[in-house]
Amino acid sequence: MTASTLEKKPAPRASSAAFILKKATISALVALVLFSLMIGVRTEAGPQGGLIYWTRFGDLAAIVAAVFGGSIVIELLRQWWGPADKVRVVPPAVQHALSFTGRLIAPTLLIFTFLVPVIFYDQRYILDLAILVLTYVMLGWGLNVVVGLAGLLDLGYVAFYAVGAYSYALLATNFGLSFWVCLPLAGILAAFWGVLLGFPVLRLRGDYLAIVTLAFGEIIRLVIINWQSLTGGPNGVSGIPRPTLFGIPLSPGEDGLAARLGIEFSPTHRIVFLFYLILAMALLTNWVTIRLRRLPIGRAWEALREDEVACRALGINTTTTKLTAFATGAMFGGFAGAFFATRQGFISPESFTFQESALVLAIVVLGGMGSQLGVALAALAMIGGFELFRGLDQYRMLVFGMAMVLLMIWRPRGLIGHRSPTVYLERNQAISSDLVKEGHG
Amino acid sequence: MDYFAQQLINGLVLGSIYGLIAIGYTMVYGIVGMINFAHGDIFMIGGFIALISFLVLVSLGLTAIPLVLFVVLLVSMAITALYGWTVERIAYRPLRHSFRLAPMLSAIGMSFVLTNFSQVAQGARVKPVPPIITGGYTLHEGASGFVVQLSNIQIIVVLATVVLLVLFTWLVSKTRLGRDMRACEQDQTMAALLGVDVDRTISMTFVIGAALAAVAGMMYLLYYGLVDFFMGFVAGIKAFTAAVLGGIGSLPGAMLGGLAIGLIETFWSAYFSVEYKDVAAFSILIVVLIFLPTGLLGRPEVEKV
Repeated sequence: MTASTLEKKPAPRASSAAFILKKATISALVALVLFSLMIGVRTEAGPQGGLIYWTRFGDLAAIVAAVFGGSIVIELLRQWWGPADKVRVVPPAVQHALSFTGRLIAPTLLIFTFLVPVIFYDQRYILDLAILVLTYVMLGWGLNVVVGLAGLLDLGYVAFYAVGAYSYALLATNFGLSFWVCLPLAGILAAFWGVLLGFPVLRLRGDYLAIVTLAFGEIIRLVIINWQSLTGGPNGVSGIPRPTLFGIPLSPGEDGLAARLGIEFSPTHRIVFLFYLILAMALLTNWVTIRLRRLPIGRAWEALREDEVACRALGINTTTTKLTAFATGAMFGGFAGAFFATRQGFISPESFTFQESALVLAIVVLGGMGSQLGVALAALAMIGGFELFRGLDQYRMLVFGMAMVLLMIWRPRGLIGHRSPTVYLERNQAISSDLVKEGHG
Repeated sequence: MDYFAQQLINGLVLGSIYGLIAIGYTMVYGIVGMINFAHGDIFMIGGFIALISFLVLVSLGLTAIPLVLFVVLLVSMAITALYGWTVERIAYRPLRHSFRLAPMLSAIGMSFVLTNFSQVAQGARVKPVPPIITGGYTLHEGASGFVVQLSNIQIIVVLATVVLLVLFTWLVSKTRLGRDMRACEQDQTMAALLGVDVDRTISMTFVIGAALAAVAGMMYLLYYGLVDFFMGFVAGIKAFTAAVLGGIGSLPGAMLGGLAIGLIETFWSAYFSVEYKDVAAFSILIVVLIFLPTGLLGRPEVEKV
């Protein structure tokens, strides 16, 4: 990075050092007060039911010292980096190289994804992780229709995921319907719930819309927990049938796929099948989204995102536009939910908490909202990052929350902040996402 | 009738707690125009700090309960206020002029941080405390033997709420800080041009909101006798519902909305089903936003092109 020449001269060394030290001391003092009771004293319910406590001043001192050191490091980094709004000129050669690799990322990633089961055939863990990542890629692309394209902030997306999962689980366990019959049903039911949510929130915008969708997601979860006769309540639904290859089960028995093909049975077959299943579903989501963007309805979504008032003035029916966005997004969520149910074989309301919604939303926002490739990369980064912290289970959400705050401060527009417009005059020019105003609902 | 009266008392007490939290939401929304998603967790932190400081003070040998409670109140208000200040400083101030979704997501992240921080720091199990303030009055004894009771702690919760509300209304309407706050609410650029320190005023808003949430947390601890790391989420949404119901940006509205939500929740649990009381509260939020988007006492928002 070449810095612009208009940069002001740095302050003299001594006063700058004093300034950094002063700042770090203040941070350390604040941290001392903040953590004095929360970390310095640990409470726990004692054996007789009363509360006992013990002190942890060592931990407290360590954290305060860490804040002191961290504050110095951050301040030094900030001075080295210069003011935030400084114009940075990227040399044309670098820019060219970047855009060249940018074009190559998507095909390379796709080919690599197709080859994952071949390369990692023996590594069950990696295959499972890949399936998980693809599930979130699909959820991200589904939510992208609502948030990224139509600009409607949805904090309750997990509700549709739950509807899809429970639709498949209940239809399959109660009526014995197969996965391939239930999959469209799950999508339709989720889309129906999407419209049901869409109707009341038509007039809401921005933050209010977010809160209502959040409340909607919580209502669905609470109903699932409390409606025990139908959903099994907190115990969930177990014994959900595994998917079949159009009627041929992937089991070790006589009529299993392995026996019919005359090859030796291996449990990995099912994992590989699940992998390609979710890959196909995710790619379908992507393909439908890309095609929809070129249809009038997709254009209407994007117009709605940019400016609702102008949209209405141009004669676009905002009611149907919003409802179709909710229904389409919800449908993909429902598909993903049905897949989740068949993969797990067991579902319970615990899988559909607000944290899931926030995770999917974080993926979409981190991906740059509206950028399909960005969402896929963000899902990979988020779920991969989550896996890195698997050993530190209780710190996982803490780190996730911190990452969310830091990412918002560092890149509020997501990793890929540019995208090509679907329609353009004469010249295709990338628009910076700073110019559009998503999330106004 | 007696049963109704008892539920009315319980609902008013619960509503006071919601109202105290709702004030924090409504103030921040009024000035910065964002939902401070982490506010419910600030309330939870307030409850924890009250619990820990109470435990430490009692074990240090202080036995005069009123004195202990007073000190606990001050300590938890001070430390929780610092939490509010820090959250604003770290997560919201850098995003002040960013696009509208950014502070919301940052707030959700901060809410996760606070929830999981207290889980890691204090453990996941519910922390019970024995009843600290006991006793009460029997108001009426029915023929069927049902007794309407008003306990001391209920009186204290309502009294504390009323005192704080009076104090706070005075602060907003009569002091320099309150005038600055109202100025920032109307037009931040103009306020800055007229010499109002906007950053400081916004910080103070968060500090005051957090202090009130700390009081709510302490009252919750005294009233229900327990805290746990997850209690901020649901209480936060309900308090936000209260703020919306009362008309966001309006202080008396927040209190009114809090009382309404508390009463509705209590009566719902008493006459219909306890399991669905949260569903009822969330449904009210949706219904209010659809039919009464400006709330009971709010001003309509004019949309500009």
